Parts: sequence; C-alpha cells; structure tokens
Amino acid sequence: MSNRPAPLVAARDLVKSYGRTPALRGACLEVGEGEIVAVTGASGSGKSTLLHCLAGIVRPDGGTVTYDGKRVDLLPEDRLSELRRTDFGVMFQFGQLIPELTAVDNVALPLMLAGTARGTAQERAEEWLERFGVREQKDLRPGELSGGQEQRVALARALVTGPRVVFADEPTGALDSLAGEQVMTALVGAARASGAAVLLITHDATVAAYADREVRLRDGAVVGAEVPA
Amino acid sequence: MSTRHILLGLLAKGPSHGYELKQRHDEHFPQARPLAYGQVYTTLQRLVRDGLAEVEGTDSDGGPERTLYRLTEKGSREVTAWAGQVTPPAPFVANEIFTKVVVTILTGGDPAAHLLAQRAAHMERMRELTALKTAPGADLTTVLSADYALNHLDADLRWMTTTQARLASLTALTMEVDRA
Ligand SMILES: Nc1ncnc2c1ncn2[C@@H]1O[C@H](COP(=O)(O)OP(=O)(O)O)[C@@H](O)[C@H]1O
Ligand SMILES: [Mg+2]
Repeated sequence: MSNRPAPLVAARDLVKSYGRTPALRGACLEVGEGEIVAVTGASGSGKSTLLHCLAGIVRPDGGTVTYDGKRVDLLPEDRLSELRRTDFGVMFQFGQLIPELTAVDNVALPLMLAGTARGTAQERAEEWLERFGVREQKDLRPGELSGGQEQRVALARALVTGPRVVFADEPTGALDSLAGEQVMTALVGAARASGAAVLLITHDATVAAYADREVRLRDGAVVGAEVPA
Repeated sequence: MSTRHILLGLLAKGPSHGYELKQRHDEHFPQARPLAYGQVYTTLQRLVRDGLAEVEGTDSDGGPERTLYRLTEKGSREVTAWAGQVTPPAPFVANEIFTKVVVTILTGGDPAAHLLAQRAAHMERMRELTALKTAPGADLTTVLSADYALNHLDADLRWMTTTQARLASLTALTMEVDRA
C-alpha cells in the first residue's frame, strides 16, 4: 500500500441504502491510473451500487468518492455530468444503445454532445467500429445486431471520447462465452493501448481473469482484496 | 488415458524418434505435465512388443544414431478406437480442494479463510492462462488447452463460492453428526 501512486479513483467507507435496504456498508476501493480491476460478488452484494457511486451516477449516503483528487460525491450536478462526458466511459450488461439510431450514430453521439462536428464524429465512430470488427454493421439499428455485436458497439461508444476510466457493469453478462471473450479482448486491448483504467463488474471468474486484480464484495463491503501481482 | 495412447496419437502424424515425440507432445499439449524421456522410451518398447508400433530404421543426422518408430496397422486401429470412445463422467469425487475443506471442518479449522486463500491462488492462475491465450499469435493448441484449464478452475471456483455460502449450515450439520 505504501509506495503505490495516488489512485485515480478511490472510494472510502461508502454507505448507501435504498429505503431500508442497505446496498453498501463501508465499501472501500482504489483503482490506479491504467489499472484494470474486477469487482466480483454474489448478486445483491452491492457491485452495481458501488459502480454507480464511483461513476457519479448515484450519490452515496456516507463516505467519499474521489477522482483525480476531486471529491466526486460533492460535485454539483452540472460539473458531474461534464466529468462523466469528458473523463468517464460507461457500459452495461445490455448495451443501452439508442434504439432509433444506427450503430455509427450511437457511437458518434457522445462526440457530438461534446461539440464535435457530425462528419468528424462519424469518421471517428467508424474507426472504433472497425477496430472492434463491427464496421459492416454500422448502418444497422441495435435491434438488428447480435448480442455480441451490440456490446462491441456499446464498447466503441464508451471509448470514443478517450475516457481515463471505463466503468463496465457485467458487459458480458448476456453473452455466450465466445462472444464474451471477444468483448473482453476488445475492452482490455483498447484500455491497455490508451492507458484507460477499467472498473469491471462481473460474477464470472473467467471474465475477472482479464483484470489485473480482483476485489470481492459481500453484503456491501470488501471481503478479500488481492494485492496486484 | 495413458502415455501409450498419447504416443500412438503422436505417431499417427508420421514416423518419429523418441526425442521428437517428446517435443511433439509438449507442443500439442502445452498445459499438460511434460513427458519424461525415460517414459517415452519404455512406452515405445512396449508398443513394439505389443505389435502397435514397429522400428522403421535408424537415422543419425550427423549426431548419435536414433531409432525411428512408426505405427502399425493394429496400432492405428487401436488409437482411432480409443479416441472415439466416450469418456465415462468421473464417478467419484476425489479432489484435493474438496477433501481439504472437509478435513478443515473436521479438525475445527477455518474453512472460510482457507477458501478465500484458495480463491486467490485460482484467480492468479486464471489470469496467467488468460494472458497466455490472449497473447498475440497464440496458437490453437495453446488456446484450447488454456480454455480447458480455465473452465476447470472456474468450476472449482463456483463450487468454492457455493460452499462459502453454505458453510454455516454445513458446519452445523457436521456438529450434529458428531453429537449423534
Ligand atoms: N434502485 C434500487 N432501489 C431499491 N433497491 C435497490 C436499488 N438498487 C439496488 N438495490 C438493492 O441494493 C442491494 C445491492 O444491489 P446491487 O448494487 O444492484 O447489487 P449487485 O450489482 O451486486 O447485484 C440489493 O439488495 C438490491 O436489491
Ligand atoms: Mg448488478
């Protein structure tokens, strides 16, 4: 612990309840610059809530979340959405692509929201689709894609803005093992190439094995955190 | 499964000598325990004795003389028949992790702590195997054998996770049996 560089993302003693249901009870976690960390644990152990707190989607009831030295849990809403747009990439179990938009438009959207012109945004989006082997599907809508293709488009959308952290919540949860392997290879390869850190949530050990280390949650707290190899 | 069948399978690729057979083995079964030379030579002699392989001749290739072996018709039939047989699903549970967890419970130790440490060791090995199979240029046999090992480690882990969750009732049950 002593000589490690300051973490890029850190959660300390996070507490969060939904009504009377406790989701986090003192969870702590650190992710270093460029580090890939898997969070595993039984269903209901608080993995998604932890990710939502770290990514600034949900505010914790107690504890602190810092990103690059800034207190994420204290940021006003407008600064928070700006941070999410510029520094974070997010990906879920089901792509959550916009059903009315084509694959390439889905990927181009975050760039256009950040002010990039449509033509440039589409070009960059196509490069990412190409990289993940789904360029041929660029004009298809999410409903016309296979599960694995949809997740690779979602991955392209998460990475197109060059985030420093990617938050991925069960990105392979709905896929068979070969499609899951393609998504994980794409995610890890792209993160390593760009130096992005990844917080990867999964209940699947074969997926967690793509990460540098594993952090296990039980009942809203960390049970066994391994030291990085 | 036996070294006999593995060597017959490797000889099916063409005549070879002991040294090369060992190399072929390690290349085709990269995650398996490497074959010892001594084992290769004694097995080859038994295959010849049983008419499954025969000596084709010797080659020296500048170095020391080496005996070349080839498959006989009978050996070829034997290896094909063996590879085609369905393997009986393991009838008995004889696994060291399982046994240690039970013994830990019997001796009043801390099975939860043991499982946590075992999980860390399994995850470490799974990370190595994943790195191996996703490395650029990994060949098919490496990917297949890493997949095989990963799936078995994953099965261990799933059993360990369920066991962890069951431990309270499992320990209670053992104590009841003790009292009875
Ligand atoms: N939006 C919500 N409303 C009410 N309860 C929730 C909500 N999200 C999560 N929970 C509860 O919080 C606990 C942790 O959930 P979650 O973080 O989704 O765990 P995991 O992702 O590990 O399955 C569970 O008991 C769950 O039912
Ligand atoms: Mg979840």
